[in-house]
Amino acid sequence: MHFARVVGTVVCTERVPSFRHQRLLLLQPTDTAGTAQGRTLVAVDLVSAAPGQHVFYVRGREAANALANPDNPADAAIVGIVDAVREQPVGGPA
Amino acid sequence: MFLARVVGEVVATVKHAELAAQKLLLVRGVDPEGAATSRLAIALDTVDAGIGDHVLVADEGNSAAQVLHRGRGAVRTVIVGVVDEVTRV
Repeated sequence: MHFARVVGTVVCTERVPSFRHQRLLLLQPTDTAGTAQGRTLVAVDLVSAAPGQHVFYVRGREAANALANPDNPADAAIVGIVDAVREQPVGGPA
Repeated sequence: MFLARVVGEVVATVKHAELAAQKLLLVRGVDPEGAATSRLAIALDTVDAGIGDHVLVADEGNSAAQVLHRGRGAVRTVIVGVVDEVTRV
Protein backbone atom coordinates (compact mmCIF):
# COMPACT_ATOMS: atom_id res chain seq x y z
CA MET A 1 0.00 0.00 0.00
CA HIS A 2 1.13 3.51 -0.73
CA PHE A 3 0.43 7.05 0.39
CA ALA A 4 -1.43 9.56 -1.74
CA ARG A 5 -3.37 12.76 -1.48
CA VAL A 6 -6.86 13.10 -2.92
CA VAL A 7 -6.53 15.83 -5.52
CA GLY A 8 -9.77 15.51 -7.42
CA THR A 9 -12.87 13.59 -8.36
CA VAL A 10 -13.59 11.67 -11.54
CA VAL A 11 -17.10 11.31 -12.90
CA CYS A 12 -17.96 8.75 -15.57
CA THR A 13 -21.61 8.56 -16.52
CA GLU A 14 -20.93 5.76 -18.95
CA ARG A 15 -19.01 3.04 -17.16
CA VAL A 16 -18.71 -0.70 -16.86
CA PRO A 17 -21.57 -2.17 -14.78
CA SER A 18 -19.23 -3.30 -12.01
CA PHE A 19 -18.25 0.34 -11.41
CA ARG A 20 -21.83 1.42 -10.86
CA HIS A 21 -22.19 3.09 -7.45
CA GLN A 22 -18.41 3.33 -7.07
CA ARG A 23 -16.80 6.67 -6.39
CA LEU A 24 -13.66 7.46 -8.38
CA LEU A 25 -11.06 9.86 -7.04
CA LEU A 26 -7.94 11.35 -8.52
CA LEU A 27 -4.88 10.58 -6.41
CA GLN A 28 -1.45 12.13 -6.32
CA PRO A 29 1.00 9.63 -4.80
CA THR A 30 3.08 11.19 -2.03
CA ASP A 31 5.88 10.42 0.35
CA THR A 32 5.20 10.17 4.08
CA ALA A 33 5.35 13.94 4.48
CA GLY A 34 2.71 14.44 1.80
CA THR A 35 5.08 15.69 -0.91
CA ALA A 36 3.98 14.69 -4.42
CA GLN A 37 5.82 11.78 -6.02
CA GLY A 38 5.18 10.54 -9.55
CA ARG A 39 2.09 10.47 -11.73
CA THR A 40 -1.51 10.92 -10.66
CA LEU A 41 -3.88 7.98 -10.91
CA VAL A 42 -7.56 7.23 -10.55
CA ALA A 43 -8.69 4.94 -7.73
CA VAL A 44 -11.97 3.57 -6.44
CA ASP A 45 -12.80 5.16 -3.09
CA LEU A 46 -13.81 2.65 -0.41
CA VAL A 47 -13.42 4.86 2.67
CA SER A 48 -15.40 8.01 1.75
CA ALA A 49 -12.24 10.06 1.40
CA ALA A 50 -12.48 13.79 0.74
CA PRO A 51 -10.34 16.03 -1.48
CA GLY A 52 -7.17 17.08 0.32
CA GLN A 53 -7.08 14.04 2.58
CA HIS A 54 -3.97 11.94 3.00
CA VAL A 55 -4.92 8.35 2.22
CA PHE A 56 -3.37 5.04 1.35
CA TYR A 57 -4.26 2.83 -1.56
CA VAL A 58 -3.62 -0.65 -2.85
CA ARG A 59 -2.72 -1.44 -6.45
CA GLY A 60 -3.19 -4.44 -8.69
CA ARG A 61 -5.58 -7.35 -8.35
CA GLU A 62 -5.98 -6.63 -4.63
CA ALA A 63 -7.70 -3.35 -5.50
CA ALA A 64 -10.46 -5.27 -7.29
CA ASN A 65 -10.63 -7.73 -4.39
CA ALA A 66 -11.20 -4.83 -2.00
CA LEU A 67 -14.62 -4.13 -3.54
CA ALA A 68 -17.63 -6.06 -2.25
CA ASN A 69 -17.85 -7.89 -5.58
CA PRO A 70 -14.32 -8.67 -6.77
CA ASP A 71 -15.43 -9.09 -10.39
CA ASN A 72 -14.47 -5.60 -11.48
CA PRO A 73 -11.60 -4.00 -13.39
CA ALA A 74 -10.22 -1.72 -10.63
CA ASP A 75 -6.43 -1.55 -10.46
CA ALA A 76 -6.25 0.94 -7.59
CA ALA A 77 -8.46 1.35 -4.52
CA ILE A 78 -8.27 3.68 -1.53
CA VAL A 79 -8.36 1.48 1.56
CA GLY A 80 -7.53 3.86 4.41
CA ILE A 81 -7.38 7.45 5.60
CA VAL A 82 -4.12 8.36 7.30
CA ASP A 83 -4.48 9.76 10.82
CA ALA A 84 -0.78 9.87 11.64
CA VAL A 85 2.57 8.59 10.45
CA ARG A 86 5.37 8.16 12.94
CA GLU A 87 8.49 8.02 10.86
CA GLN A 88 12.05 7.41 11.86
CA PRO A 89 14.78 7.92 9.27
CA VAL A 90 16.82 4.96 8.08
CA GLY A 91 20.47 5.05 8.94
CA GLY A 92 23.23 3.10 7.26
CA PRO A 93 23.74 -0.66 7.41
CA ALA A 94 22.56 -2.30 10.61
CA MET B 1 10.04 -10.05 -2.00
CA PHE B 2 12.35 -7.22 -1.09
CA LEU B 3 14.58 -6.18 1.75
CA ALA B 4 13.46 -3.21 3.78
CA ARG B 5 13.80 -1.44 7.05
CA VAL B 6 10.84 -0.54 9.24
CA VAL B 7 10.89 3.25 9.42
CA GLY B 8 7.57 4.07 11.00
CA GLU B 9 4.04 3.28 11.98
CA VAL B 10 0.87 4.30 10.19
CA VAL B 11 -2.26 5.07 12.17
CA ALA B 12 -5.62 4.97 10.40
CA THR B 13 -9.02 4.86 12.05
CA VAL B 14 -10.96 4.65 8.79
CA LYS B 15 -9.70 1.69 6.79
CA HIS B 16 -10.85 -1.33 4.84
CA ALA B 17 -12.39 -4.10 6.95
CA GLU B 18 -9.58 -6.46 5.99
CA LEU B 19 -7.09 -4.10 7.64
CA ALA B 20 -8.97 -3.96 10.94
CA ALA B 21 -6.88 -4.83 14.00
CA GLN B 22 -3.74 -5.13 11.89
CA LYS B 23 -0.50 -3.31 12.60
CA LEU B 24 0.49 -1.13 9.65
CA LEU B 25 4.18 -0.37 9.37
CA LEU B 26 6.00 1.94 7.01
CA VAL B 27 8.84 0.13 5.26
CA ARG B 28 11.65 1.69 3.25
CA GLY B 29 13.42 -0.58 0.77
CA VAL B 30 17.12 -1.15 1.34
CA ASP B 31 19.79 -2.61 -0.89
CA PRO B 32 21.69 -5.74 0.24
CA GLU B 33 24.22 -3.51 1.99
CA GLY B 34 21.47 -1.82 3.98
CA ALA B 35 21.38 1.56 2.21
CA ALA B 36 17.92 3.05 1.68
CA THR B 37 16.33 2.93 -1.77
CA SER B 38 13.44 5.02 -3.09
CA ARG B 39 10.96 2.18 -2.48
CA LEU B 40 8.43 3.03 0.22
CA ALA B 41 5.38 1.00 1.18
CA ILE B 42 2.84 0.43 3.92
CA ALA B 43 2.90 -3.22 4.99
CA LEU B 44 0.95 -5.43 7.37
CA ASP B 45 3.14 -6.81 10.11
CA THR B 46 2.83 -10.56 10.64
CA VAL B 47 6.10 -11.18 12.48
CA ASP B 48 5.92 -8.61 15.29
CA ALA B 49 8.52 -6.35 13.70
CA GLY B 50 9.37 -2.98 15.18
CA ILE B 51 10.85 0.32 14.08
CA GLY B 52 14.44 -0.07 12.95
CA ASP B 53 14.11 -3.77 12.14
CA HIS B 54 15.57 -5.12 8.91
CA VAL B 55 12.75 -7.09 7.31
CA LEU B 56 11.68 -9.18 4.34
CA VAL B 57 8.55 -7.85 2.62
CA ALA B 58 6.31 -9.69 0.17
CA ASP B 59 4.28 -7.52 -2.21
CA GLU B 60 1.91 -10.01 -3.78
CA GLY B 61 -1.66 -10.96 -2.98
CA ASN B 62 -1.24 -14.69 -2.73
CA SER B 63 1.70 -14.27 -0.35
CA ALA B 64 -0.45 -12.09 1.87
CA ALA B 65 -3.31 -14.59 1.79
CA GLN B 66 -0.96 -17.39 2.83
CA VAL B 67 0.50 -15.64 5.85
CA LEU B 68 -2.80 -14.16 6.97
CA HIS B 69 -4.54 -17.55 6.63
CA ARG B 70 -7.40 -16.17 4.59
CA GLY B 71 -8.54 -16.16 0.98
CA ARG B 72 -7.37 -13.73 -1.66
CA GLY B 73 -8.43 -10.27 -0.62
CA ALA B 74 -7.45 -6.64 -0.53
CA VAL B 75 -4.06 -7.08 1.14
CA ARG B 76 -0.85 -7.55 -0.83
CA THR B 77 2.04 -6.06 1.15
CA VAL B 78 3.08 -8.03 4.22
CA ILE B 79 6.22 -8.30 6.32
CA VAL B 80 7.10 -11.99 6.25
CA GLY B 81 10.42 -12.09 8.08
CA VAL B 82 12.93 -10.27 10.23
CA VAL B 83 16.30 -10.45 8.48
CA ASP B 84 19.24 -11.66 10.52
CA GLU B 85 21.85 -11.47 7.82
CA VAL B 86 22.30 -10.92 4.08
CA THR B 87 25.46 -12.21 2.46
CA ARG B 88 26.57 -11.54 -1.09
CA VAL B 89 28.59 -14.35 -2.62
